[in-house]
Amino acid sequence: MTCQELVELVTDYLEDALDPETRDRFEEHLALCPGCETYLHQMAETATRLGQIPVETLSGEAQAVLLTAFRDVRDGRTPM
Amino acid sequence: MLHLARSFVATQASAEEVVQDTWLAVIQGIDDFEGRSTVRTWVYRILINTAKKRGLRESRTVPWSSMFTEDDGRPTVDPTLFRGADDEYPGGWVSFPPPWTTTEDEVLAGEVRARLRDAIDTLPERQRTVVTLRDVLGHTATEVCEMLAISEGNQRVLLHRGRAAARARLAPYLEVTGHG
Repeated sequence: MTCQELVELVTDYLEDALDPETRDRFEEHLALCPGCETYLHQMAETATRLGQIPVETLSGEAQAVLLTAFRDVRDGRTPM
Repeated sequence: MLHLARSFVATQASAEEVVQDTWLAVIQGIDDFEGRSTVRTWVYRILINTAKKRGLRESRTVPWSSMFTEDDGRPTVDPTLFRGADDEYPGGWVSFPPPWTTTEDEVLAGEVRARLRDAIDTLPERQRTVVTLRDVLGHTATEVCEMLAISEGNQRVLLHRGRAAARARLAPYLEVTGHG
């Protein structure tokens, strides 16, 4: 397995989707190759950091419309 | 939800309306919810259907199933970073990727989040949707496959391509320089 091949298997590895034989070759390569180890960690870190993006809040105006709609539904009026 | 809606429609305002319509559909349909999936999955399925309908109306989205061109098997890492076929170590790194900083300050963290938002915005739609659902919103692979009606393998390909693009976008901001 070359470095160029390994980098395309990183997500399958992280998702535990590699067959056992490929996973062994992946891990053997990783043990000997600091560059690929770095790449793997950076892909995992990217996923973690994506999870730290606050889900955007609606704009004030949109929230007001939403709250009105919720109230209408609660009070039995047909919204919009 | 807004992130996800935005991947189907043309404007932020449209996405906000999709989210509102989704909540209304949820409130009105909650009595019919049969408990065959988690509430979260059910809500997102409504969101996706609402967003898709709206996206089609806006003629922005191409049918999900006909968009396979973005999974065309191109490498996700710049091929010039690897040694050529005539090298002693073909396919090996020309030089190892520089490590990323482990020190964190708020300025850097803010910069990183901004770069990731840019990266998400520039991803092809299917990748953007999968990355948003999996990594930003934290859904499981199984949930995402169910919501989007795609195979596990396809889901992984989209996630991989999206994450690799995001990693490449982050690298210049996090690389530790001065270690040769």
